[in-house]
Amino acid sequence: MQMKTIHFFFWVIPILLILLFTSCDENYTEIPADDEVLDGTVEGLSHEELARFLKGDAAFNEVFTRETGLGPTFVASSCISCHAGDGKGHPSTTLTRFGQIDETGNLFLNQGGPQLQNRSLPGFLPEQIPSGATFAKFTPPANTGLGFLESVTDATILAMADPNDVNGDGISGVPNWIDIPDFVIPTSNAVSQNGKYIGRFGKKAAAFDLLHQTVNAYNQDIGITSIFNPIDVYTNLEIDPEIATSTVNDVVFYLQTLKAPIQRNQGDAVVKQGATIFNQINCASCHKSELKTGYSPIKALSNKTFAPYTDLLLHDMGSGLDDGYTEGSAKTYEWRTPPLWGIGLSEDAQGGNYFLMHDGRANSIESAILMHGGEANNSKTGYQNLSQSDREALLKFIKSL
Amino acid sequence: MRLKLLCITFLFSINFYSQIDPVLLKRTSKDSTKQALNMDAVYNRPFLNIGKTPIAVGGYLEANWQRLSTDGVSEGHQFQARRLTIFMSSAISKRVKFLSEIEFEEGGKEIAIEFASVDVEFNPLVNFRGGIIMNPIGAFNQNHDGPKWEFTDRPISATQMLPSTFSNAGAGLFGKKYSKNWMIGYEAYFSGSFDNSIIENTENKTFLPAAKNNPERFEEINSGLPLFTSKIAIRNSKIGELGLSYMGGVYNKFQDEGIILDKKRRVDIYALDFNTTLPKIKTFITSELAWVKVDVPETYGQQFGNKQFGGFIDIVQPLLTKNVLGWENVVLNLACRLEYVDWNVGTFNETSGNIAEDIWSIMPALSFRPTSQTVFRLNYRFQKQTDILGNPPATTDGFSVGVSTYF
Repeated sequence: MQMKTIHFFFWVIPILLILLFTSCDENYTEIPADDEVLDGTVEGLSHEELARFLKGDAAFNEVFTRETGLGPTFVASSCISCHAGDGKGHPSTTLTRFGQIDETGNLFLNQGGPQLQNRSLPGFLPEQIPSGATFAKFTPPANTGLGFLESVTDATILAMADPNDVNGDGISGVPNWIDIPDFVIPTSNAVSQNGKYIGRFGKKAAAFDLLHQTVNAYNQDIGITSIFNPIDVYTNLEIDPEIATSTVNDVVFYLQTLKAPIQRNQGDAVVKQGATIFNQINCASCHKSELKTGYSPIKALSNKTFAPYTDLLLHDMGSGLDDGYTEGSAKTYEWRTPPLWGIGLSEDAQGGNYFLMHDGRANSIESAILMHGGEANNSKTGYQNLSQSDREALLKFIKSL
Repeated sequence: MRLKLLCITFLFSINFYSQIDPVLLKRTSKDSTKQALNMDAVYNRPFLNIGKTPIAVGGYLEANWQRLSTDGVSEGHQFQARRLTIFMSSAISKRVKFLSEIEFEEGGKEIAIEFASVDVEFNPLVNFRGGIIMNPIGAFNQNHDGPKWEFTDRPISATQMLPSTFSNAGAGLFGKKYSKNWMIGYEAYFSGSFDNSIIENTENKTFLPAAKNNPERFEEINSGLPLFTSKIAIRNSKIGELGLSYMGGVYNKFQDEGIILDKKRRVDIYALDFNTTLPKIKTFITSELAWVKVDVPETYGQQFGNKQFGGFIDIVQPLLTKNVLGWENVVLNLACRLEYVDWNVGTFNETSGNIAEDIWSIMPALSFRPTSQTVFRLNYRFQKQTDILGNPPATTDGFSVGVSTYF
């Protein structure tokens, strides 16, 4: 190599480095499109709210250890373990609940109910399902859009209920009337019946709000006590809180302000055709395509119209989905309509596969449809009677959600 | 007061002495043996002799700028003082040596004695080493000085799967033998060991480097049973060096106060390393593969893998070696590192699907060595990291520019 070339090279490299340093304020990797991921915030949060969202996000990702209160028996060591990318969980993180067969309550609370802590720290034995207890497995749900669901008024939910099937469509959704713990403060417009309130979160709608859900998850999933629930799952004794109250509140805020999934390919003709079929075969009777929020202290959630594809009510799903376990006033064969929003992105949270229905037993959207029974039997039959192209259109629509 | 005066007088006298004798600190010639093994790296460093004392000191600094982004989100520009390492050696007698290495990481956030041992030579093939030893698993752990590498980041497999610079109180034997082009060396030590943190940590995975955070390991072995580490390396001056190493022992506290708490749970690590320089084109290749096996309680969850595998290969091609701009023997290298780690080798019990939790990375680099003891590095990293379920990977990329130099 000529010396001139070498000298040129040695002057050019520092100049290139300076250019590199001063010019690379742009990111090299690309942010995924908003409709391709489940995480992200609802629109319209203030700077303060965004900062709080980040605190909650960090807490949601915190991995607990023996030193920070994990277990000693548990299901997972962090929130994120069960909700990768804020999406649905995987069979490896599926949890088991046991001990309740009707509305009279859980008969096995003094034997570790309602939830099985199937893992344990070294040196401890995990919990076993007590003899005689029935149980059901629950695959963790997606976290997105929960703030919108929380902000739907009880009056709106009750307006969708039809316990006696007055309209004769074969569908009779009912709310799950639950006892709420002392730390849950009902909103002023919450509807009460015999001292019970309407639950809306969880497979059986047995959690009143996101604080109730979060406190239970910390306690029953991770074995973390809080000021809200100081009972240790291993000893069943009250112990000191293992997590700060502000951290629990931050996680609640994080869950409230995670964005709602965004539908993809909305303009696609086949997707539109699928949406029409979805209504024609009465899927939309339970999977309501439009709900409205009431007032929320988080301005970005107040009085919004959104598309969750749920009515937050319990429905008889038939004997095939009756696991013999229940919560609140729900029957063992009743399940809360799961929101369908984000279902098309489930594969990206479940390791490239579908694990649908309450325990992940369905490995495709079609097999999930075919597992519907009870009140959904007519819709299932309607699907089976569709032409191949109509079925594909319906499936494409559901995947777009 | 008198003591203070004496101290001040002493300090001034050192200062005067240093001003009148500019060669107080004499650079010792580096071990010029061409047939050095990785195990020789602790002595194969540039030292400065202090006057006519038998003490030599040295060290190195690593600092860099970097800007990385993951899936389009970046923490922005970062200037990082990765580590300042100071080593000191002393020839207590002709066949008794002491060597220590103290590392300050991230501007002093972490301070660790990485090495502090007495070496006693009985025979070239039989040497005793005792003190704080660096467990010789793989090659990088033995030969990790920043200025020797063309990359700002240490290999992922050597730092996040194997515990790089994992040192413990311990003792053992080492030695080597030459025969024409061949050299063979060995090391074998009993030392302090791992603890439960390798499976109980905030990384949410089996993570051997977590044991480095336990300062108690220098005075108490968690299991009460020593860790055994051994390595055998063979080198041919025309072919290269091949190393085989093993580290294993019981990591858990299986008994306390005489009461049995658990079964004995082992961690076993195997590593294979190889390095060579291709003749004529002088391409330097160094590589390391490692396998980790940990007895994780079945009740603990599949998040914590019982098998891990990973490795890296560095390819360094000198582009020119010249006298340039007044510098002698300047070297400009083009280099590339390929690396991969699977932190959880196996399948899910529930689905029989593959447990992912892996990472791969490619890192092209340019390095400029104005002297053999100083390196300026420009690195670009492109990396894909997959979570345990095998969901779409997080993509990270970005540049780093850094310097590392012995002093």
